[in-house]
Amino acid sequence: MAATATAASTSAIPEITILKRHREDLPLAQNKFLKKTAKGKVLQFLRERYVRDDIPCGFSACALCNEFPGYRAVLPQRGYARHSKFTGKNGHWLVIDTNVVLHQMDLLTALPPQLPIIVPSTVIRETRHRSLPLFNRLQQLVLDEDRCVWVWWNEERRETATFGVEENEVVNDRNDRAIRQTLHFYPKHLSESAHEAPDLILLTDDRRNRELANAEGLIATSTRDYVDGLQGEVRDRLVDLVVGGVDEREPTDRRARRIYDEETLNVGVKSGRFLQGHFNADQYNYLEGTVRCHGMSKPVLLVGRQAMNRSVDGDLVAVELLPKEEWKAPGDEVLDQDIALKDDDVEGDEGADSEAIKEKEERMDTAEVTKKAPKEVLPTGRVVGIMKRNWRAYVCHIDRSSLSEAALTSLSQQTIFATPLSRALPRIRLRTRQAPALLDQKILVNIDSWSVNSRYPDGHFVRALGKVESKEAEQESLLLEYEVPYRPFGKAILNCLPKEGDSWVVPEKKPENLEWRDREDLRDLLICSIDPPGCQDIDDALHARVLPNGNIEAGVHIADVSHFVHADNPMDSEAASRGTTVYLVDKRIDMLPELLGTNLCSLRPFVERLAFSVIWELSPDAKIVNVRFTKSVIASKEAFTYAAAQQRKDDKALKDPLTDSIRLLNSLAIKLKAGRIAAGALSLSSPELKIHLNSTESTAPIDVEQKEQLETNSLVEEFMLLANISVARKIQEAYPATAVLRRHAPPPKTNFEALQDILQKRKGMTLDVSSSKALADSLDLCIDPELPEFNTLVRIMATRCMLAAEYFGSGSVSKEAYGHYGLASEIYTHFTSPIRRYADVLVHRQLSAAINYTPLHPTLQSKQHVERALNVVNKRHRLAQMASRASVEFYVGLALKSRTEGTTNNAVREEAFVIRTFRNGLAVFVSKLGLEGLITFKHDTHEFDPENYLINVPTPNGGSKQIAVFDRVKVDISIEKDPNTQRGKVVMTLVEPVSSVGL
Amino acid sequence: MSRLEILNLAGLRHDNRRPYELRSLALSLSPSPTADGSAQVTQGLTTVQASVFGPREPRQRAAAAHDKASVVVEVGVVPWAQGQGGSRSRGDKRLLEIGAAIRQTFEPVILTHLYPRSEITVQVQVLAADGGILPTAINAVTLALIDAGISMLDYVTAVSVGLHLKQAMLDLSAPEESDLPTLVVAALPESGRVTLAQMETRLHVDRFEEMLRLGVAACSVLKEEMEAAVKQRTTRVVERMAISAKGAAKDD
Repeated sequence: MAATATAASTSAIPEITILKRHREDLPLAQNKFLKKTAKGKVLQFLRERYVRDDIPCGFSACALCNEFPGYRAVLPQRGYARHSKFTGKNGHWLVIDTNVVLHQMDLLTALPPQLPIIVPSTVIRETRHRSLPLFNRLQQLVLDEDRCVWVWWNEERRETATFGVEENEVVNDRNDRAIRQTLHFYPKHLSESAHEAPDLILLTDDRRNRELANAEGLIATSTRDYVDGLQGEVRDRLVDLVVGGVDEREPTDRRARRIYDEETLNVGVKSGRFLQGHFNADQYNYLEGTVRCHGMSKPVLLVGRQAMNRSVDGDLVAVELLPKEEWKAPGDEVLDQDIALKDDDVEGDEGADSEAIKEKEERMDTAEVTKKAPKEVLPTGRVVGIMKRNWRAYVCHIDRSSLSEAALTSLSQQTIFATPLSRALPRIRLRTRQAPALLDQKILVNIDSWSVNSRYPDGHFVRALGKVESKEAEQESLLLEYEVPYRPFGKAILNCLPKEGDSWVVPEKKPENLEWRDREDLRDLLICSIDPPGCQDIDDALHARVLPNGNIEAGVHIADVSHFVHADNPMDSEAASRGTTVYLVDKRIDMLPELLGTNLCSLRPFVERLAFSVIWELSPDAKIVNVRFTKSVIASKEAFTYAAAQQRKDDKALKDPLTDSIRLLNSLAIKLKAGRIAAGALSLSSPELKIHLNSTESTAPIDVEQKEQLETNSLVEEFMLLANISVARKIQEAYPATAVLRRHAPPPKTNFEALQDILQKRKGMTLDVSSSKALADSLDLCIDPELPEFNTLVRIMATRCMLAAEYFGSGSVSKEAYGHYGLASEIYTHFTSPIRRYADVLVHRQLSAAINYTPLHPTLQSKQHVERALNVVNKRHRLAQMASRASVEFYVGLALKSRTEGTTNNAVREEAFVIRTFRNGLAVFVSKLGLEGLITFKHDTHEFDPENYLINVPTPNGGSKQIAVFDRVKVDISIEKDPNTQRGKVVMTLVEPVSSVGL
Repeated sequence: MSRLEILNLAGLRHDNRRPYELRSLALSLSPSPTADGSAQVTQGLTTVQASVFGPREPRQRAAAAHDKASVVVEVGVVPWAQGQGGSRSRGDKRLLEIGAAIRQTFEPVILTHLYPRSEITVQVQVLAADGGILPTAINAVTLALIDAGISMLDYVTAVSVGLHLKQAMLDLSAPEESDLPTLVVAALPESGRVTLAQMETRLHVDRFEEMLRLGVAACSVLKEEMEAAVKQRTTRVVERMAISAKGAAKDD
């Protein structure tokens, strides 16, 4: 019986009806609206809409609606009466509007469950449009059976449906009008089935809406007033939850100013009213930032939170320049936000007066400085809009001080601060339930929004990376922070490898084996490779021999990666997106799968490998007579380390042909280098450190030393440069529009101004920056006999004034701009390391097509494609360098820590050089450790002379001691763990000439 | 991301219909005097006009079949139908497909053997498109064929059926059509036979059966509406003929 009944019910066909449209519905029946597409095209949409009579009102005693589908008796006959202001004898119901949902959601969920609330469907629709998370919370609220929350489908029901937007009415006003319709409808409707009905109160924080409602004879109140009037403990519980209310929260002048809408910004940028550029936050002063804009020789300075207007490091922003009289010089004070803002409360944004004062002080100071040193004044502006956010996941620590003591064990949701690893980023506010568990972890946090009223961005927790200072967590956080893709290679990528795997060998030399097609057999040549110790991805090898005519044949053989990595397959696109291999101290993140990188492509000794060779005929004084490029098969005879090659070369007893060819190469390299230097190549300097790891398992006892430069280093370098230049010429000739080249633009002279001034004032030396040759010569003259390291120091500082070299497609700049400033070559590319750089792979493909070995893949003929690919490579390259530097820094920190452990004051004493003076401190450089640090003076007992870059520091016996830029000082370096952020921090204190303890 | 809500909390669709409610239907017969029979059908904001020419001598002799009439369907969309400039040319594959679907739907229903060596041309013009072009066109062609007095087995009515999660819904509008798997059902409501079931998306077979059933049921609802319109029209024609006959008799 039951079975047949269910069968009948499943097969029963529901009632199908055709809706009839009444003539009077017509104005309501169609909804016309305009929409702008991403391309900026405006489309008109026409949607049909029906109005219904069968929408239930939800009143428990309603005689009219109880038959309608979806009716539930939710709204009680007697409303909520425990309110001191609204004392109607039947109590009241609330009708809420959209901004209450958007801003007061926490309050809504906390309201007493017996308080009847009507949510008009206009509110639901608008919330859904504005914020899906809030929409979901609202939906939960509506579906909660324990509450008296009823959705009134006002737009759907005939009586309350609103016409489209009226003249001079914005959408917001229309929605408010629709919501007010509900308040008109209910009393009328209720009076038909009940004599006494509760009052309806409109809850809104929009002042205008309240005024209009009052004018229409409705009761309206703001959230604050409503909660204020509640009685008993409900009030006490809810009062904290009220968010200020929109009309009371007009952004004050002190805070961020209004951001223009996108349209205005685009027009403004195009018309030149605004400048566009990437925002760079200042590492030393969190209230300052700069924006490098196209067409400005100096960066635009942004001073103060208001001018920075919620930009985060890396955002593309539009900047408006201030009038010239308001231009400022960058501040000369170190402002650490962790310290300055440590008392800021997470929840509240108030109580930040201390900072306001600081800001004001700073403004005064900068005014002073402006008068003093007009040269340093930078164009100053303010951010008027953010064109594109560049937010990603940031590695952070949780700020312990933002947690209350009680919260340390509680699992309830709380709002806390997360401090990003990078100093250029603001603290991020996030809500989490697992704060105690995350305290000593590195965590990944995403920024979600930064509201106008807040001084901090809001974010959310993504995942935990592991314990602070554990090797794994630090490593992963490093990779994440510099956006290094480190996932293992996927199956699709591995499928692109040769099927034979590591048993792949160069096949026999037979015409039917395609590998040998057009390849030169160079297996008999005495080829060897010279690399750093422990190198597994050997991508270059060399040979040289004397030709019968007295000239010398020299060859550079590069791993033939393009034979294995074909254009446009999964492996190629993965390599393109990785861009480069990243070397960390203890780990290498490969660009290509290991099988290729360290085996099949790697030019290991004693096996046959495919190579791409550049072979020159050089005259005995190292002038190029002839050059040819060919695919080849080689068999390396030996893999030397730099030291081993050096030793072999220097060992006079050895007379074998291999050693002779190294000597031959070396003699050529010396001549090549001399030629380069004569042409004006710079020898710049950046501190390179070597980290000793005792074993790979343990992190503890390690040591740091500076890398040694051997003659053989320069040997390999010279030949690689020669190969790169020769290849660059060839591919530029073959593909003038799309050749992959590398250039190093000459730095603008203004970059050197500061350094020139310091040198002039401190040492009486001049730096001629008119050309790279002049610079190289004048750098050579910067010698202080008392300070042997002085020259290196100047070189390091000069290097920092340079621009970064970059890859580019030859069609995108004029031929005059191809030049490489640092190498003093008119054209340059990267050809010699295809295993670890993607640009080299592209160059290999182009060269291989240029010698008619393979046809050129169509993507390499498209200018846009080449430029897009190179943009990725440039970015990856930059980030990879930063990642390896950070990795070294981390290990230097560990090494310092292990070294400091035995000492009395937990510090290492090192020699350092002052590189910058601040009003309240010094920046010093410890060349032995490649470490830069800050010494800050807490008390104002010293005198700062910005003109002469010096500080007069009082000595304990009453005198004073002068410390200036380039002075040699002694510092104590120790590692201190910041108790709040868990960030291991290098702390330096001055020991000589004056101890900075107590300053 | 599309923020169109297919079914909201109250179980209403974006245009406030419930799942089993069809859009408002307006039928008009013989709007075009030049054709042998014509009809205009408006379902919601979709309007389709169909004109029937024939049975007549085929324009191409070779196309004639000796024992039955051939059916030719041409479909056109007026440029302003889509509202946003997405105009379709005559040779558009999509329109050819709709034409073929209409021809296949009607070939077995028209009693073609009664009209040997002749041709029945059906011209379909979409005047406004807001989803459900094919079902509306089929309904219009049925009425136009009836208006032209061509013998058929039964009315052919059609409706589109969509599926949102587990809820089937009838007569989809354009925004719904782009979001949901859609089945077009054309049926002979009298016998319950299905002459067309067209679907371009994948669907679980159990759901398919339910949707097909629902579509056939909706087709018979449509048929009643269409029959009423035809009867009303015929009654009026008969009345007018009687008046004119009377007038003619008087003249004699």
